Amino acid sequence: MRRRLAAGLAAVAAAAAMTACGSSGGATSTSGGGDLVVSAASSLTGAFTQLGRSFDGGAVRFSFAGSDQLAAQIRQGVKPDVFAAANTRLPQALHSAGLLGRPVVFAGNRLVLAVPAGSTKVRGVADLAKPGVTIAIGSASVPIGAYTRTVLARLGAARARAVLANVRSEEPDVKGIVGKLAEGAVDAGFVYVTDVDATNGKLRAIELPVALQPSVAYGVAIVTGAPHPRAARRFVAALLHGAGAAQLRAAGFEPPPAGAR
Amino acid sequence: MRRGAWFPALLTAALALTLTFLTLPVLAIFVHRSPGELVSKLGDPAARDALRLSVETTTIAVAVIALVGTPAAYLLATRAFRGRALVVTLLELPLVLPPAVAGIGLLAALGPSGLLGGVLRDSGIQLVLRTAGVVVALIFVSAPFHLRAAQSAFGAVEVSWREASRTLGAGEARTFARVVVPAAAPGLIAGLALAWGRALGEFGATLMFAGSFQGITQTAPLAIYADFATDFDGALALSAVLVAVAGALLLSTKLLVGDALARA
Repeated sequence: MRRRLAAGLAAVAAAAAMTACGSSGGATSTSGGGDLVVSAASSLTGAFTQLGRSFDGGAVRFSFAGSDQLAAQIRQGVKPDVFAAANTRLPQALHSAGLLGRPVVFAGNRLVLAVPAGSTKVRGVADLAKPGVTIAIGSASVPIGAYTRTVLARLGAARARAVLANVRSEEPDVKGIVGKLAEGAVDAGFVYVTDVDATNGKLRAIELPVALQPSVAYGVAIVTGAPHPRAARRFVAALLHGAGAAQLRAAGFEPPPAGAR
Repeated sequence: MRRGAWFPALLTAALALTLTFLTLPVLAIFVHRSPGELVSKLGDPAARDALRLSVETTTIAVAVIALVGTPAAYLLATRAFRGRALVVTLLELPLVLPPAVAGIGLLAALGPSGLLGGVLRDSGIQLVLRTAGVVVALIFVSAPFHLRAAQSAFGAVEVSWREASRTLGAGEARTFARVVVPAAAPGLIAGLALAWGRALGEFGATLMFAGSFQGITQTAPLAIYADFATDFDGALALSAVLVAVAGALLLSTKLLVGDALARA
C-alpha cells in the first residue's frame, strides 16, 4: 500500500513538474530553437501576444517580466533577439553598454490610478493620503514604479510621504499590482491605462490630472549579436508602422510621445 | 577493458555528472565575488530586514507546524480508519503544487474576496500583505514535509513499547509525551528541519499572497528577486546566506539524527 502510494505520488509530482514547465513557458511555442525571442515589459503581454499571432516573419516566443528584470538578464549574458521596455532609460543604458543596438521609441502609455471596479473608497489621488487606504505600487527599479514615484514627487514632499505610508506592497512588475487590485487586497494602485483595459471591467481607471502625468515611452532595440537579426528587424519595423502599430493602438497604447527619443 | 567493467564506470560517470550539476550553481554563488564583498553587501538595511523577517516568519511557521502537525501525524501513523490513504494524500498535495498555485489557492481561500475572506474580516484578522500572511503561506508549503517525516518516525516506533507503557499504567497522552516522542525524536527533528528549509526558500506563494514590502513581507528570497534587477552582488550575498543556513540545517540534522533524513 505504502509503495503504491509512493509510486502514485511520484506520478503526481512528475505531472505537476510538467505542468509547471508548461506554464512558465506560457507563450513558448514548440517549434524548436529557430524562433524569434522577444523579451518584453509585463505591460506589453496582451498586445504582444496578439501581435505575435499575426506576425508574418515567423514564429515568435515572448518572455514577459518587469523591464528591469529582463535588462538584468541581458546584462548577465542572456541573449534574446529583441528587448522592448516600458521606458527608454533601460534600453538606452544597455545600448551604451554595447549590449543593444540603437533603441527607438515605439509607443506611449498613460499612468492611471486603478481601483477595484465596485470600490468607492478611492475616488482620486487626494484620497491616497487618507489613513486606512491601502496601496500597491511597483518597486523602484521597475518602470511602473519609477513613473509612480515621479507622480508622487509632483504631489510635494509631505503628501508623497503620506501616500507612501499607505503602500502595502512593492510589486516586481505591473501584473503583480493588477493581481493585488483584482483580488481586493489593496484599495488602489498605479498602473498603465492599458492594464486596466485588459482586465475586462474588473478594475476601474481614474485618470490623473495632466500636471501629474509622466511621459511614458516604450523603447525597443535589437540585442547585439541577436541569433535572428532579420526576423528581429522585421518585428521592430512592424511595431513602428503597419499591422503591429495598429494593434498596439487598438490595445490602448498611444503613439510615441512627442520629444521622446 | 575487463568484461562487465563498463557498468560500474557508467554508474560513476552518472554520479560525477549529477554531483557537478547540482553543486556548480551553489559554488558559483560563492566564487562570483570575494567573501569580503559579499559580507559588505549584507550591511544594506533592506538585506538585513529581509534576513530578520525570514528568521522570524520561518521560526513561527515551524513552531506552529511542530505543535499542530506532530499530533496530527501521530494520529495518522497509529490509527487505521476509512479514508486514511485519502487524508494522507490530501495532506501531501502541497508538496507537489507549483508555488503559484499555492498563492492563488491561498488568495481564493483566505484573500479579501476569498471563501473565508468575510469571516476573517469580521473577526478582524488581516493576512494579505501582512507578516501574518507570510507565515500562513510558509506553513502551507512546508507543513507536509514534517507531516510525512513525523508519520514515518512514529510508524517506526515499536508497538510493544507503547503497549508496555500502557500496561504499566500510563495514559495515551503520557505514553505519547514520555515514550513515543522521545523515541521518534530523530525523525521529528529531521522533518522540522526539512520544513524549515522549504519555508526559508518560499517565494511564489509569499509574493502572491503576502506581497513584497521591506520589513513587513519581503523575505530573503523576495529581496533576492528584487535585488537581481538592480544589485546583482547584493542578490548574491543574500543567496550565499541562504545557502549557508540551508547547508548548516541539513548538515547538523544529519549529524544529529544519522540517517533519519534518508528514511524520511
